Amino acid sequence: MILALDPLFLDDIGLSIVLIALLKVGLAFVIVLVSVMFMVWFERKVVSDMQHRIGPNIAGPWGLFQTLADGLKLLMKEDLVPDRSHRFVFKLAPFLAIVPAFLTFSIIPIGGNFESKDGAIDLWGHDTFLQVADPPVGILLFLAMSSIAVYGVMLAGWSSGSKYPLLGSVRASAQMVSYEAALALSIAAIVLQTGSLSTHDMVVDQATGGFGGFIPNWNLITTGFIPFVIFLIAGTAELNRPPFDLVEAEQELVGGFHTEYSSFRFALFFLAEYLNTITMSAIIVTVFLGGPSGPVLIEQIDWVWGIVWFLTKLFVFLFSFVWFRATLPRFRYDQLMDLGWKILIPLSLGWFLFLGALDIGNDRGWDSGIVVAVTVVVGTAAGGLLMAAVRTARSERLSQEVDSHG
Amino acid sequence: MADPLDYIRGFAVTFKKLFEERLTLEYRGGNAKPGKPDEKREKAVRLHGRHVLNRYEDGMEKCIGCELCAGVCPAKCIYVRGADNDPADPTSPGERFGYVYQINYLRCIHCDLCVEACPTQAITESKLFEFSFTNRSDAIYTKNELLVDDDGRPQQMPWEDWRDGEDEHTSGWMRATSPSGDHRYEGVVAWSGELGHGVRSPEAGQSDSEDESPSDMATAEVEQ
Repeated sequence: MILALDPLFLDDIGLSIVLIALLKVGLAFVIVLVSVMFMVWFERKVVSDMQHRIGPNIAGPWGLFQTLADGLKLLMKEDLVPDRSHRFVFKLAPFLAIVPAFLTFSIIPIGGNFESKDGAIDLWGHDTFLQVADPPVGILLFLAMSSIAVYGVMLAGWSSGSKYPLLGSVRASAQMVSYEAALALSIAAIVLQTGSLSTHDMVVDQATGGFGGFIPNWNLITTGFIPFVIFLIAGTAELNRPPFDLVEAEQELVGGFHTEYSSFRFALFFLAEYLNTITMSAIIVTVFLGGPSGPVLIEQIDWVWGIVWFLTKLFVFLFSFVWFRATLPRFRYDQLMDLGWKILIPLSLGWFLFLGALDIGNDRGWDSGIVVAVTVVVGTAAGGLLMAAVRTARSERLSQEVDSHG
Repeated sequence: MADPLDYIRGFAVTFKKLFEERLTLEYRGGNAKPGKPDEKREKAVRLHGRHVLNRYEDGMEKCIGCELCAGVCPAKCIYVRGADNDPADPTSPGERFGYVYQINYLRCIHCDLCVEACPTQAITESKLFEFSFTNRSDAIYTKNELLVDDDGRPQQMPWEDWRDGEDEHTSGWMRATSPSGDHRYEGVVAWSGELGHGVRSPEAGQSDSEDESPSDMATAEVEQ
């Protein structure tokens, strides 16, 4: 079994190759931590700009070191473990939140020359990808890690031995589990399109081709926008970010699942939250917007351009997540579940089947017009049936409630 | 069903805010490093800030040590002890004066009931609002800190960052439109002059002067 498709490991593995791999791991770690610092500052700054405020501006130039100051303050706080908590699980939970967040970042290609060298760059005579690992399971690692992150949240709330964290974690796990389905189904559409699970292959697939010479061959366009929109919404919900931040709805749940956490353990949750935001944006960029692919403008420094394109695209989504937060009010819990189960999951499943039908039709040489027409008819019928079922169930429930309340 | 376009409009609203004026002022309480802004918003005329103890124009203290302010205080933050004036060298024009006067600003809720209760307008609230003391004993302002100085201006505490004009009009609340909430007194000066300021003219009234003439106070001087 091949653990990594990186050209770095194709030759004999010597000391220099091990060192390069270690350097990549170390660099990724540092980049992630620094970018979290930047992200927290950026979010606070943009949100305050959108609310006629100034935001952090004292610590460092433009308040850039505010997160550092907050982090130092958190480290010096007393580390409380509640008396009624389950001690081992209580201490384990923050790590279950932070480790998956770090691991997910390892599959994201953050640079590379996708124009002429198939995503590789030259590091001291060795060709290598600018990503920590390129496992064949690729994007499945992301889904697996976001599933594990649910445990962090769930166990944190459960082990706190307090009611608000418990309620918050029940909400969180229900929300994350249900939106994961929509997330996975919209990724399935991309896997269908690419024919590979590897994130690197996805970027390579999007880097070539294109329409009319200037519209890129991004999955965003080739899968017809719907999976992208679903992924963006489900991703926001998966991150527990506004408008889906019911998990830590202060008005109802105090602090949510991390109410009882303080000091460094709280910092880990906080770090994981923002890390996940960055990783989710990076996954969206990789999967839908061609990741670091883009024109290489100056051949001599070809490695720069991948990083530039990647960061530019990443920035758009980081800004969007902050923008969502500044604009949208929080969902009600039943609205959240309705949106997830009754709209996003059926829609992403239907769209996945539609793309599959188109694909098979192309293989068999069917008339694509007929394929589309049949799909639309079947889709409308299925959607109608679903809505009818939902409506019937609701009216039955309402009549039962009326009966029971006299 | 809401118009789906409303969601887009919502996003447009927040995006537009990025380029609008910031409402936050960069107040640093006089501790700004050189080159950094240190702005302070103009305070409302009737802001309930910290108290001052006023004196008459001849320098006598207005406080007569009656303890009405202490009695009315809902937060029990005022402590007053009266004492008899020395006939040879009186502190206040009456029989007694405020011998001890303390306000605990960890308790004060700035409701201004003491100001309303005071029969001699001895205690008024200024627009000064900075209470950045760092220990409990500093939070208790005694007569030394509360009493106006020889010019009729309040004493500056070390943690107070005064800007031009903030130490003036420290009896602003007493010059409100209608003292004690009685509209018949609108435009009527119903208090004695203070040290450094004398008798100040009343604030402009809110009602029309024709139909609300101060007929009951015909002998009072109306400055308006």
